[in-house]
Amino acid sequence: MSTKLNVINDLYSYTQSNPHELDDPEVAHLIINENHVLGMHALPGLEVDVKELDDGIKAALTLTAGTVIAKPVHLCFGMTPERGVQRIIMDVTIEAHAKISLLAHCVFPFAVDVQHIMDARIRIGEGAEYRYFEKHVHSPAGGVKVYPKAMVEVGPDALFQTEFELIQGRVGLIDIDYDATCEARSLLDMSARISGRADDYIKISETARLVGERAKGVLTSKIAVREKARAEVYNKLIATAPYARGHVDCKEIVQDQGTATAVPIVDVQNPKAHVTHEAAIGSVDNKQLETLMSRGLTEDDAVETIINGLLSR
Amino acid sequence: MGRLVLDNLKLSLGGKPILNNVSIDFWDGHVHAVVGPNGAGKSTLAATIVGLGGYTDVDGDITFDGESICSLSVDERARKGITLAWQEPARFEGLTIRDFIKASAHGNGVDVDAILEQVGLDPGSYRSRAVDKTLSGGERKKVELASILAMKPKVALLDEPDSGIDIESIERIFDAVRLLKEQGATVILITHSLAVLNQAEHAFLMCHGKVVDKGPVAKIRHYFEDKCIPCDHKNTPEVYDLGGQV
Repeated sequence: MSTKLNVINDLYSYTQSNPHELDDPEVAHLIINENHVLGMHALPGLEVDVKELDDGIKAALTLTAGTVIAKPVHLCFGMTPERGVQRIIMDVTIEAHAKISLLAHCVFPFAVDVQHIMDARIRIGEGAEYRYFEKHVHSPAGGVKVYPKAMVEVGPDALFQTEFELIQGRVGLIDIDYDATCEARSLLDMSARISGRADDYIKISETARLVGERAKGVLTSKIAVREKARAEVYNKLIATAPYARGHVDCKEIVQDQGTATAVPIVDVQNPKAHVTHEAAIGSVDNKQLETLMSRGLTEDDAVETIINGLLSR
Repeated sequence: MGRLVLDNLKLSLGGKPILNNVSIDFWDGHVHAVVGPNGAGKSTLAATIVGLGGYTDVDGDITFDGESICSLSVDERARKGITLAWQEPARFEGLTIRDFIKASAHGNGVDVDAILEQVGLDPGSYRSRAVDKTLSGGERKKVELASILAMKPKVALLDEPDSGIDIESIERIFDAVRLLKEQGATVILITHSLAVLNQAEHAFLMCHGKVVDKGPVAKIRHYFEDKCIPCDHKNTPEVYDLGGQV
């Protein structure tokens, strides 16, 4: 038991979160290291069924109708070994008018050759709310390959909000593939903030389908690539219903020999729908740079300050 | 001897002369104003003194404490204590006002809340906001001035410090100018405004890239009162006896 606690504390020490929050009986949690469940705590109305696989876990998470979880649920998926594969298969159902917020930490502090594969199917019921913040902490070696994939169904009047952050440690390789379908009057907000260096490779493919009347969707990507890092962002918003509203926003700062591509695709199939997009790719804004330098910051420190600001929450 | 000295400074942009033999001694610890019509070269002068990109290919010299600074970069000049509050300050997505002010203090302890109060911003409402497009032009100007105060510069150039500032807040801006002077800074106000000019002790009137008059504020104030300039390409009012002071 003490070994499990040590591993949990070790994983949390990299996240800037307090592991003692897990001691709160009102905080549900699920802690996974490699393919082992180190800790799990459910709450009334929140059903969690976990099976250990050879290379990961399979989890079904169901929030029953009308249940409101007051405090964020903590998820921690980590691997302390230098090498290995962790596959997370998640089946999430948020029933009608239920509300939940999740804080997920994915921690690979010593990775030299680690694959983290997330395959999620998420259903948000009518009038339900699902907020998910996923923070990655990687090793400085760049030996992590991350493949997050999610199929999301957002029901009528429902909210789906997800935020992905990878700014601590080297990216290695990340290949995000999210696809969401939004029904009437639903709201979808997907954002990613990622900082790449060395030969990191960042790929984001996000698609949102606004199929319901007055559905709204926003896809936001903020990325910095330095040294020889590469980033490719493919954001697609498809609006087929009247009064659907959507916006695609991509900002990428490119430094050194980094490269960045943004391909916003806006597909409007209803004359009463409206979708916009904005992409800004390039070096740090010169006026921002000179402002900070005129306060005495070196050019490198000024660039760091600007990028940290862009990538902050 | 002035701490900051411009000696026959010339600068051309796109082949067009913008600064034409500008020589000014800015007196150590005094508040100066540089006034003149649009296109006179006032903001260019400020950009040249701090060494912004595109404003460094100068003839003549700029010395600070007796040493030429023309070959120094913007940040090197700033670390000597020379800075600029921009007429239209930059906006930074995600960078909080607190972090922006702290960055300007570059490692020195700074009471962010006290500085925000000095420029008329409620710390509780502003310290965690981003220095981004959600701030109005006037709010952004106040944040810019706060960052200058945090830096405790030796030379502070304030380009149009009152533009976009509401009437209730203008005295706060002038308080900040007085505070900079109390801290020992040489203050240079770039302005079109009589109210700002009145905060200075000495003034320089520019037109067409030249200094065409200089002296106590009371003397230069005539420019505003009569809306004319003693310059060879504009009207030269007979009432002014320049007495060879230009």
